[in-house]
Amino acid sequence: MKHTWTLTRVRMLLALRNRAFIFFSAIMPLAFLFLYCSVFARGQPQQAGYMMPAVLALTVMGSFWGLSMQLVMFREQGILRRFRLAPIHPGALLASSIVSTYLLTLPTLFAELAIAKWFYRVPSFGNLWGVFALLSLGSVAFASFGLIVASVTNSMQETTVINQAIWFLFIFLSGATIPLPFLPGWVQRIGAFLPATHLVTGLQYVFVAAVSLLSVLPEVVALVGGAVMAYVVSLKLFRWEPEERITRRAKGVAAAVVIPFLLLGVWENARGTRRAGTQAIYDAVQKRLAPGNPR
Amino acid sequence: MNAPVIEVENLRKNYGPVEALRGVSFAVKEGELFGLLGPNGAGKTTTVEILEGMRTPDSGTARVCGLDPRKSGAELKEQIGAVLQSTALPEKLRVAEALELFSSFYSHRRDLEVLLERFGLAEKKRAFYAQLSGGQKQRLALAMALVNEPQVLFLDEPTAGLDPQVRREMYAILEELRREGKTILLTTHYIEEAERLCDRVAIIDHGRVIALGSPRELKQRSGGATRIEATLANPASDGALRQLDGVADGRRIADRYVLHSTRPTQTIVALVRWLEAEGNELQSLQIAAPTLEDVFIELTGRRLRE
Repeated sequence: MKHTWTLTRVRMLLALRNRAFIFFSAIMPLAFLFLYCSVFARGQPQQAGYMMPAVLALTVMGSFWGLSMQLVMFREQGILRRFRLAPIHPGALLASSIVSTYLLTLPTLFAELAIAKWFYRVPSFGNLWGVFALLSLGSVAFASFGLIVASVTNSMQETTVINQAIWFLFIFLSGATIPLPFLPGWVQRIGAFLPATHLVTGLQYVFVAAVSLLSVLPEVVALVGGAVMAYVVSLKLFRWEPEERITRRAKGVAAAVVIPFLLLGVWENARGTRRAGTQAIYDAVQKRLAPGNPR
Repeated sequence: MNAPVIEVENLRKNYGPVEALRGVSFAVKEGELFGLLGPNGAGKTTTVEILEGMRTPDSGTARVCGLDPRKSGAELKEQIGAVLQSTALPEKLRVAEALELFSSFYSHRRDLEVLLERFGLAEKKRAFYAQLSGGQKQRLALAMALVNEPQVLFLDEPTAGLDPQVRREMYAILEELRREGKTILLTTHYIEEAERLCDRVAIIDHGRVIALGSPRELKQRSGGATRIEATLANPASDGALRQLDGVADGRRIADRYVLHSTRPTQTIVALVRWLEAEGNELQSLQIAAPTLEDVFIELTGRRLRE
C-alpha cells in the first residue's frame, strides 16, 4: 500500500511534467466540452446538459490511451527492469498507474462541471453523487483497460495501433459522439457490447434522468467486473523485461476481460430496455425544448 | 569470517539454441571485489542477472547471502544493490526524486544527502535524468544501488561507454567501496579495470570460466612473459616467428603478430635480424608487460575485444 502511494505520487509528478499528457488530459477534453456545448448544443442550457454525459465520458475514456503508452514505454526503455531490482510487487506498480490516472482526471472533470454550471448554465447535474461514482468507476475501469493493452502489446507501435482501433470503436459506437438514438439499430446492438456504451448510457441515466445508481446497476456491475478482471489479468501477464514477448496463450487469457461486457451485451440486446431508455431520455429533452414549452 | 557470500555451482542457461552458460562455477568471499572478465556475449550478464533473481537458470545452483535468488525475492532484494547494464529512468524524474523513490522501497535506508554528496550529485539533485551526462547517470545508478546499504553489490559493466577520465573517477569510487568492505561482483571487458580493481578475477568465455585467480596469479600462471606485438610489411608464417630467441608463444591475430617472450631484449634483436634477412619491414612494434589480455590470448587464441 505504501509503495503504491509513493509510486502514485511520482507518476503524477511525471505526468504533470509531460506536455503531451497535459494536452490529452486537460486541453483536449475541454475542447470537446466547448465543441459539444457551444457548437452541437448551440449554448442552449438544456441541450448542453444532454451533451454533458458524453463530454464527461470522453474525458474518462481517454485514460487507457496514455496509461498503456507509458507502461509500454517504461518497459521498452528498460525502466521497469530497474524497478524489478527493488523489493516491490508489480501489483503496486499497476495500481499506481490506475490511481494516478484517476487523481489526475478529477481536476479536468471538476473544471468541466464548473464550466457547465457557470458558463453554459446547465440547469441540473441530476444525481450528482451518482455521476461522481460512475465517473470514478469509469476512470478506474478504462485505466485498467490500458493495463491490458500494455500487457498484450510488445512495442509502442503495436500499442498505438490497438489504441487507435479501440478508441474509434469506443467513441463512435457508444453514443459519446453521435447520440445512440441517431444510430441505426444494428449499430446500437453492437454498441451494447462496449464498456464505453455502458459508461455513456449510465451517465445519461444519472445525469439527465437523475435516477439512482441502483437503476444503472448492470452498468455498474459491468464496469466493476471489467476493471477487476483487467487488473487481475494484467497482473498475471505483467512483463518487466523489454525482450519478453507476449505468447499466444497469454493473449487468450487477456481476452477474458471482455466476458462481463459480452454477457451484458447479450442480455441487453435480448431485453432492449437501455435502447428504449436512451431514446426516451433524448425525446424528453427534445420535448422540453419544443416551441411553446416552458424552458 | 570470509565465508562465501556468493556461490555459483555449475550454472547452465540456454536462450533457444544459444548456450549462454555452460557450467559456470565460482564463489565470492565476504568483502571481496570479484571480477567477471570476458568479451561481449561471454555470459557475464546472464550470470549476474541470475544472481539478482532476474533470470532463471536451466540448471545449477546460485546462492547470495545464503539465499536462493529464484525463491527469496524481496528478502534477497533487501540485501543486494545493483547497477544494471541496460536500464534507464523516466526522463523527467529529478535526481533527488529518483533516490527518494527507490530508497522508499526498502526497510533499511541510507541518508540520501550523504549519497548525493559522495557521488558528486549534490549540485545536480534538481536536474532531470535526461539532462545528466553519461558519467552522471552512471554515478546516479551507483548511488541508487546503495540506497539500502546492501551487503552485496552487483555491477554489470558499470564503466562501459564512459570516456577514460570518467571511467577513472568510477574506479576511485569502486576502490572506496571495496575499502568499506562491501562484497562486490563486477563484470567488465576492460582489462585495466579488472587488473586495477579486482581481488580475484574469473575469466569467462563462451559460457565457461576458463581461468580464476588474483590478477597477479593469473599473469604468473601464463608464464609472466612480456608481450611483443608487431605489424609487418609482408606476411610471415607465425611458425618462423615462434622460432625466435626467447619466444614462449607466438600467434597471428588479425594483421598483428603477438609474441610472448621470456627474454624480450633477445627476442627483439632476433626479430630485427630475421626481418633483415627476409627483406621484410617492421611497420609497428609494441612491447608491454603481461596483462590479463595475454592470459586470455593464451587460453583462447583470441583477443578479449574482437
